[in-house]
Amino acid sequence: MKNPLDSLWGTVISGLVLTLVLYMIVKFALQ
Amino acid sequence: MGDFIQLGLGRWLHILAGVMWIGLLYYFNFVQVPALAEAAKDGTGAGITKHVAPRALFYFRWAAVVTWLAGAMILGAHFLDAFLFLKPTYYPIGVGAWLGTIMLFNVWVLIWPNQQKILGMKPATDEEKAKARRVAFLASRTNTMLSIPMIFFMVASGGVFRTVIFAM
Repeated sequence: MKNPLDSLWGTVISGLVLTLVLYMIVKFALQ
Repeated sequence: MGDFIQLGLGRWLHILAGVMWIGLLYYFNFVQVPALAEAAKDGTGAGITKHVAPRALFYFRWAAVVTWLAGAMILGAHFLDAFLFLKPTYYPIGVGAWLGTIMLFNVWVLIWPNQQKILGMKPATDEEKAKARRVAFLASRTNTMLSIPMIFFMVASGGVFRTVIFAM
């Protein structure tokens, strides 16, 4: 499997996915 | 007066230095790396590696330090509340602070020492240079990826933004 960080789009999409995951975790922890 | 310096000037400095740090990070990833790949085809990249990269790296790594120190100053007595997630109010900024700290680590431990080998500031064999190039590249790309949630949590930790995003 290709490393997503090898492409700029892969890097940006990975960052957006990570943002969503962390947001959900924090949102859940705050409930 | 203390609050003015810690929270007012501190936040200003944090953002000024942060813009320089992340701005240069995006310059490396979105401009310099693709430009050097193109330049390698016709052998015109020497000017970038000799005159541009060392200067950009200087401001990049020191802006990272100033950003982190100013951030720590803003947290002040709540430093551990954020980093150890001791109080819910500090959860969002805690995540942002950890992401920023990991990024600072990457700058000084993975990117800068390897860039010194790549740019010939430190002696290295061709094999060591090739390895350094890959490590520095992936650390830089990791920081670009981490900057996206880091900036989200920094923005979402203050004022009206926190109310809108986290209903706090």
